[in-house]
Amino acid sequence: MTDPSTGVTGTDAAAYVTAPEHQESGPGKPRSLGADAWRDLRRRPMFLVAGGIVVLLVVIAIFPSWFTSADPNHKDLDFFRQPPSGDAWFGYDGQGRDVYARVIYGTRWTLLVGIAASVLTVLLGGILGILAGFFGRWVDALMSRIGEIFFGLPFVLGAIVILNLVRNAEIRGALPIVFAVVASIAVLQWPVAMRIMRSAAITAKQQDYVKAARALGASSSRIIFKHMLPNCLAPVLVYGTIALGAFISAEATLSFLGIGLRDPAVSWGVMMSDSKTYLRVAPHMLLFPAGFLAVTVLAFVMLGDAIREALDPKLR
Amino acid sequence: MGRYVLRRLLQLIPVFIGTTFLIFFLVWAVPGDPFTGMCGERPCPPQFVAAMTDKYNLNDNVVVQYLKYMGALLTGDFGQTYAEQEISELIGNAAPVSLRLAVVAVAIEAVIGVTAGILTGLRGRGFVDNLVLVSTLFLIAIPTFVIGFVIQIVLGFELEILTPTVSSEATWGELIIPGFVLGSLSMAYVSRLTRTSIAENLRADYMRTALAKGQPKRRIVGVHLLRNSAIPVITFLGTDIGNLMAGAIVTEGIFGIHGIGRLVYDGILEKQGAIVTGVVVLLVLVFLLVNLFIDLMYAVIDPRIRYD
Amino acid sequence: MSDWEEYLMRKPRWVTAGVIPLAVALAISSCSSGDEGGGGEEQSGGGDPAKNESVEINVFGTEPARPLVPGDTAETGGGKIVDALFTGLMEYDPVSGEPGLAHAESFELSAPDEYTVKLKKGWKFHDGTEVKADNYIKAWNYTAYSPNAQQHASFFAQIEGFDQVNTPDPDGPDGPEQPATPAATEMSGLTKVDDYQFKIKFTAPHAIFKVKTGYAAYMPMPDSFFADAEAWKANPVGNGSFKYVSRVPDQELKIERFDDYQGDDKPKIKKVKFVFTDSDAAYADIKGNQLDFLDTAPPQAIAGNVWQDDLPGRAKAYPVMAIQGIAFPIYHTKYGNVDFRHAVSMAIDREKITKTIYEGNRQPLTGYGMDLVPGFEPGACGEYCEYNPEEAKKLFAKSGWSGPIEITSNADGGHKEWIEAVCGSISEALDVECLFEPVQQFSQARQAIEARELDTLYRSGWLADYPLIENFLNPLYRTGGSSNDNGYSNPEVDAKLAAADQAETEDEAYKLYHEAEEMIAEDMPVIPLWNTPSIACWSERLTNVRLTPKRELDLSFVEVK
Repeated sequence: MTDPSTGVTGTDAAAYVTAPEHQESGPGKPRSLGADAWRDLRRRPMFLVAGGIVVLLVVIAIFPSWFTSADPNHKDLDFFRQPPSGDAWFGYDGQGRDVYARVIYGTRWTLLVGIAASVLTVLLGGILGILAGFFGRWVDALMSRIGEIFFGLPFVLGAIVILNLVRNAEIRGALPIVFAVVASIAVLQWPVAMRIMRSAAITAKQQDYVKAARALGASSSRIIFKHMLPNCLAPVLVYGTIALGAFISAEATLSFLGIGLRDPAVSWGVMMSDSKTYLRVAPHMLLFPAGFLAVTVLAFVMLGDAIREALDPKLR
Repeated sequence: MGRYVLRRLLQLIPVFIGTTFLIFFLVWAVPGDPFTGMCGERPCPPQFVAAMTDKYNLNDNVVVQYLKYMGALLTGDFGQTYAEQEISELIGNAAPVSLRLAVVAVAIEAVIGVTAGILTGLRGRGFVDNLVLVSTLFLIAIPTFVIGFVIQIVLGFELEILTPTVSSEATWGELIIPGFVLGSLSMAYVSRLTRTSIAENLRADYMRTALAKGQPKRRIVGVHLLRNSAIPVITFLGTDIGNLMAGAIVTEGIFGIHGIGRLVYDGILEKQGAIVTGVVVLLVLVFLLVNLFIDLMYAVIDPRIRYD
Repeated sequence: MSDWEEYLMRKPRWVTAGVIPLAVALAISSCSSGDEGGGGEEQSGGGDPAKNESVEINVFGTEPARPLVPGDTAETGGGKIVDALFTGLMEYDPVSGEPGLAHAESFELSAPDEYTVKLKKGWKFHDGTEVKADNYIKAWNYTAYSPNAQQHASFFAQIEGFDQVNTPDPDGPDGPEQPATPAATEMSGLTKVDDYQFKIKFTAPHAIFKVKTGYAAYMPMPDSFFADAEAWKANPVGNGSFKYVSRVPDQELKIERFDDYQGDDKPKIKKVKFVFTDSDAAYADIKGNQLDFLDTAPPQAIAGNVWQDDLPGRAKAYPVMAIQGIAFPIYHTKYGNVDFRHAVSMAIDREKITKTIYEGNRQPLTGYGMDLVPGFEPGACGEYCEYNPEEAKKLFAKSGWSGPIEITSNADGGHKEWIEAVCGSISEALDVECLFEPVQQFSQARQAIEARELDTLYRSGWLADYPLIENFLNPLYRTGGSSNDNGYSNPEVDAKLAAADQAETEDEAYKLYHEAEEMIAEDMPVIPLWNTPSIACWSERLTNVRLTPKRELDLSFVEVK
């Protein structure tokens, strides 16, 4: 398992930072980047399919009972690892639980981890990155070194240590466990977001409108929030969307190692981990959650890709 | 050039210290006493626990422990495990295996990934492009352990066309399948990266110039296009060697490979800070030096880049 | 990962007080004569003598947690190797587990509180020096001497003079104060008569000691060890049927037959390599014939009983003197209600769980021992160990329990699956929430149990060291018993067990032990669940394979074909 997000660091942040006339998106300015991108996106089948899947997943996560009437935690050993049938489309697991119901209810935890980890990473990395890019000099040097320290720590290794630390502290209950997993992902991944934000900020700083604002005597915070932030957001947001998929996959790996989520927060990763013992006799226990996981990750990566291409004038 | 290298090397020092201290601190902070539970289901004699705690300096505060560890490390002493084995020997045995695995993985991802990337990048949209796109997306979407288990069970247990695990010698041949599993995710990234890079460079001015000059197509692609598109791909492959060495915990576990991934995983569970930190020392050095090397390679590949 | 090995490997702490009378010791020696117990139908077909000499067999193992000093090796990974490298005064029959004389020529009580041991002459250490009385006395003194910090120090606690060589740490292991240096370096209870004879004197009668001396803690050590322990650790020298050759840390350890070995259990094979890996990988290796022996098939092989198809004719379930159970932390007032404890026990459908989760490879228990030990009579637990949801529900309602029921265990080693199933059964029958609270590692669970910090039910397995029902009861259920972790105490049970210990005849003793079991079931401090046979797996080239009751390959019997 490699670092779940190194692949997206190839994103060329500077490409998104464009001249000021493209920035302010709003009615009456049809040439704005955002509107352009949106018009472009709506014509892309990839975006529509991915977006549709994501919307469906979110609905499943919020209203799981619309999709199944079975209790995901009801165990009945009479159905012990029975294969898929008309009664249970996805079969039963090693405890005689309905796999379909568990997959449906697991959507919530899986998405929660992915979204929360993604948001936290982007927030943390984004704030530090824009500060580093704007102030430069020693701030930049310090942030970059700190970033390298965390980046030098291999992801799986770091996550195992951190989660071991947390796990031994006897955390109980679903939300604290989720938070521990989310925090460990964010702590190890923020340097990626920081680098993207930093290079976007450095490019933005060179732009005339920032120089103009500074010449007019605008304060640092005003320049950062009013002028630079809107211009630098696009690349980190793209990163965040793609990373969301990668983080969901990372959560599955951590759960597989026995240090991710656990009861009562049952994610697809936990289900896949549970299937380990039964792989050869009940592959359906692995295939269905893995299938859902793959489609979900796929949807987010495709969504991110589509947005990136729409936002990047060079690729359009 | 020399000054640049020196400055970079000096910059490595705080990062090196920071990362090793971070991991040392994290392992130290894991609650629990590594010795109390060491005697099976019988409680360990308190004298045993006390003597071991003393021997491994676990009574000191974490900074002193770290300084003692680093002091010994500078003299080449990686310390001993709780079983009184030399950690340098453990790492010395495991690291070559992991390195071989990482090299196999990188080779596979480079060959397959770059080929797929070049093909799709040059041809543009079409059947091949879509095929590669879909298959790379699937590799990204399916976690490594699923790919590993499915390959192991289908090829190893059901079809019996290969041995499901790797022997302790871990020969190159045995590592091909695990290397493929380990490199599959990066392979997908490499092919996408190559494709994007080539697609961008195809539109570059120098390509038009070269075409206008009437150079043969093979030369344009071989000399100008590939060379200029190589930088991001090489960067990625280089950093990946370090990542793959450490990131092989899951793959090593599935295929029973005696590499540093397994070593470090057991080290964390047994709270053997010295093993974990020792491995991380090695990994961080590899990671930092490879990064430096790649930066220097830029100048070789792209003459526009100069370090002074 | 390596924790599967420790699955159930619950070594009893030895009975601390000298309460085991002669009757029991006699019972032990009287059943040690026959070797018909246990496995019976071994694989037939001899090996190839030439291959026995030339082929190196690969045996699954786990990296020893400490250097291979017997007095400092308490876990099974190192214990397996120590057992091959050393032979003590007594040894246990590889089939029945019964103790018998090994290096001891005779081992008799010379007074109620004193044993005299005569050694056989001509036994050698691997370095050629002879094993003499001094080697035992020095080794035992070394292990007991507290500044040496040996894990097995407490095994000598009953010997006279132990308190002179072993001083406790005044403020616990974490405190800054160092324990005082002991007044003596040698226990006064150990006296040498001549080179081949020594006496062991106890502070109180301790007849059972003899049976214990087959255990690793009581091995002799060569003079070279006392001269330079560090050099010895780099190249261990023992006196067993195998000698140390070399090792690669965390990977493998090689041993070779010691041709000068004088014991009856001379091995036929020459070279053995212990391969340190995890049991899932080991299982795959066995299937591919890359590894020759694995003592316990991992859960993935048991699911769907795939081991039967994977390894036709080269895997077999061996009974092991081990049981699985769930203990209540009785020291916690929450668990004081006996109706609650009975309700939980009766809410567990053992039959169904063993049939599904274990695919029929476990059998439900009906008492606190198991039928492999002589004198065990099933059924002591009676209706309390039978699945009866209606009755369970009534008792549960009577108990007035509220809140969820939680069960703690390490999650690896295949425990998660059965505990979740047990929880499912409980919550179904009692209509109460039941949760599995995993901890990462076996040792963490042990720490919490020993510190009596747990407020949840916990897994409590037991592996007996000698085949007596007594070993399943005294250490666990007697007040202050050496492994009585949950603080169970019932004076009537204590009295009954004491009476059984002192019974005149074996049958009388067995009857009393059975009655004690029934009384324990009335209190239900621990829920008996099922026995735990081991499925041993081996490669196509091995023959005469059998698993000892200690879950080790019988190295003296195995051959290469």
